[in-house]
Amino acid sequence: MAAAAETIRLPAKHDSLGSRIVRLLTRGPLNIVLAVIGLLWLVPTVGLFLTSILPVSSLVLVVIVGAMAAYAFAWLDFPGRDWLFIAVIALLVVPLQMALIPMFRLYDTLGLFDTWYGIALFHTAFGLPFAIFLLRNFFVGLPRDILESARIDGASEIRIFLRLILPLGLPAIASLAIFQFLWTWNDLLVALTFGQNTTPITVWISGQLREFGTSIDIIAPASFISLVIPLAVFFAFQRYFVQGLLAGSVK
Amino acid sequence: MSAGGITAEPPVAAAPPPTAEPGRFSRYLVVALFLGPALVMLSVWMVYPAVYTIVRSFFGQTGFLGTWVGIDNYKTLFTDSTLRTAIKNNAIWVAVVPAFVSAVGLVFAVLTERVRWSVAFKTAVFLPMAISAFATGVTWRILYDQDPNLGAINALGRVAQDAVASPGVLSTASPSTSSLQPHHGGLLLKTPLHPGGVALLGLTGIAPQDMPSSAQQAAKPAGKPRDVQGVVWRDFKPGGGKPGVVEQGEDGIPGVTVELLDSSGKTVQSAQTEADGTFDFSGVPPGTYNAAVGASTFAKPFGGYSWLGPSLITPSLLIAYIWIWAGFSMVVIAAGLSAMPRDVLEAARTDGASEWQVFRRVTVPLLAPVLSVVFITMIINVLKVFDIVYALAPEGSSQSSANVLAFAMYTKAFQGAGNFGVGSAIAVFLFLLVIPVLALNIRRFKRDV
Repeated sequence: MAAAAETIRLPAKHDSLGSRIVRLLTRGPLNIVLAVIGLLWLVPTVGLFLTSILPVSSLVLVVIVGAMAAYAFAWLDFPGRDWLFIAVIALLVVPLQMALIPMFRLYDTLGLFDTWYGIALFHTAFGLPFAIFLLRNFFVGLPRDILESARIDGASEIRIFLRLILPLGLPAIASLAIFQFLWTWNDLLVALTFGQNTTPITVWISGQLREFGTSIDIIAPASFISLVIPLAVFFAFQRYFVQGLLAGSVK
Repeated sequence: MSAGGITAEPPVAAAPPPTAEPGRFSRYLVVALFLGPALVMLSVWMVYPAVYTIVRSFFGQTGFLGTWVGIDNYKTLFTDSTLRTAIKNNAIWVAVVPAFVSAVGLVFAVLTERVRWSVAFKTAVFLPMAISAFATGVTWRILYDQDPNLGAINALGRVAQDAVASPGVLSTASPSTSSLQPHHGGLLLKTPLHPGGVALLGLTGIAPQDMPSSAQQAAKPAGKPRDVQGVVWRDFKPGGGKPGVVEQGEDGIPGVTVELLDSSGKTVQSAQTEADGTFDFSGVPPGTYNAAVGASTFAKPFGGYSWLGPSLITPSLLIAYIWIWAGFSMVVIAAGLSAMPRDVLEAARTDGASEWQVFRRVTVPLLAPVLSVVFITMIINVLKVFDIVYALAPEGSSQSSANVLAFAMYTKAFQGAGNFGVGSAIAVFLFLLVIPVLALNIRRFKRDV
């Protein structure tokens, strides 16, 4: 049986160079045409991506930094671990307002004022307590045996984190990423405070609203764009959104 | 654990004691590597600012620290009229929103369990959660617009009011001659009338498109011995025309209520005008009378409520905010419901409990922990509410009467004079308000440990 399968597969494996080139050529045009169309299709999307560089970068940062800390809190043993985690839980409810004035001054001195990365870093920091809380609770629930055996096999903590924790924690990470994206995209206060020309769409619309009152024709298209992205994200990842909501509802 | 100093609780799902001891130092190095970035960020962006803000709240308006003012900023917090409005409004928010959001969510969650299309319903209700409070504010601002032609809510109000009482035929008309005087919201013809007389009630200031479509060329009645007759007409034609004279090209105004008042000012008769604007009071006893156009003729059409005006702005904001968060509470409560032991409910039903009793005596008590989570989450959210106030409340008097703490903090610190001292004090006050929740969270964590 196995031998029969082998003989059938053999010709495909030992394809001659000539036939491979012929195949590539006959398929080539289609590939090229599709690749070009696909790239052209991406242009507007990339434009959109540029407007979402702020939420995307903050969510990437939050996921990386948060997952690392969450792993330490869940699976590494060190003195004072619980006290540190309690401190993180305490930070969970600290109002944003507590940081606005000092960071406004600090950003001014450091030249971070009115930069997209300054705003993204602020969102990252304020997203961290929730990220650590959510991910740590998820990581703690991962099956211990897998981690144990990986450690016995001599895998380093970094390797365990990258190869085991991150893939296994994907559902929670997805929830977190969606939340962080939506928070940053939908934020108004932080961008108002730390931005001037580098403003996300919400601030721009609010400026228009103040200037033109309820001129629907001006505000509606911009509001529409500001709605389309979060709605698309919501519909694409609705399941994770609800999961994250349930996990994080102590916030 | 010894160095950590925690006394009662064992570590959560305690990490196993390291099997291969690779040396204390390198183990801590790994911990530092994993925790370091987060701790640095939390210290720089959250802990340092929090400490600075607390210190800063005891210093004056400007500068890195400014001058020491003691608790003056906190005194301002409770004496300044705008800040007192903010505190009062925050209290209203806390009193209204968590209760309503929990209640609406509970009702939705329980009811959607009984329909097949619950997923669609839940998605519709939950959708506002994905949108920014700011975008929501813009949408609601349009919904709330005072002009019924723009604002959907006032458009509904107009439909409702028109169904009850239709607007008057003429809302803009004014008299064409000085013999017509304003009178109780209507117009009174000063010229005295006797049976057999004819009243000329000329009106101007009516746009052609506002004329009733059935209007015809105005006719001046000839007069009947025992009747008082007259005409209400649009005393204007292209080119002007002569005031007070019925001319060719001037239309009568149908559907106007005309009242006949006796010498004491009492209404004796009332009549509606015909298509040519004429009216007729028949069988009038001898005497002196006045004719008046009734007030109802001039009733303004529904102008819309000023939802965004200073007096209604806070309720309007509350409604919009509850609309946003009802989905959150519905989803969380629905999750609680689905985790509920079905047999308990079944047992209650078998024992003959009515649906209401089951809901009141079984479902709600079992859901109490979930409800409290929703309630507390909403209290925190509501204390920090900012975006929707910024987006929905128009600048000026509405905004100041809709003021809340987070909004006041932003305006005090970053707009106008920029008072960092008072801004910090407001932030610290907000922080103090969430401390009970913070303590609760910590206690819950310690209990779970």
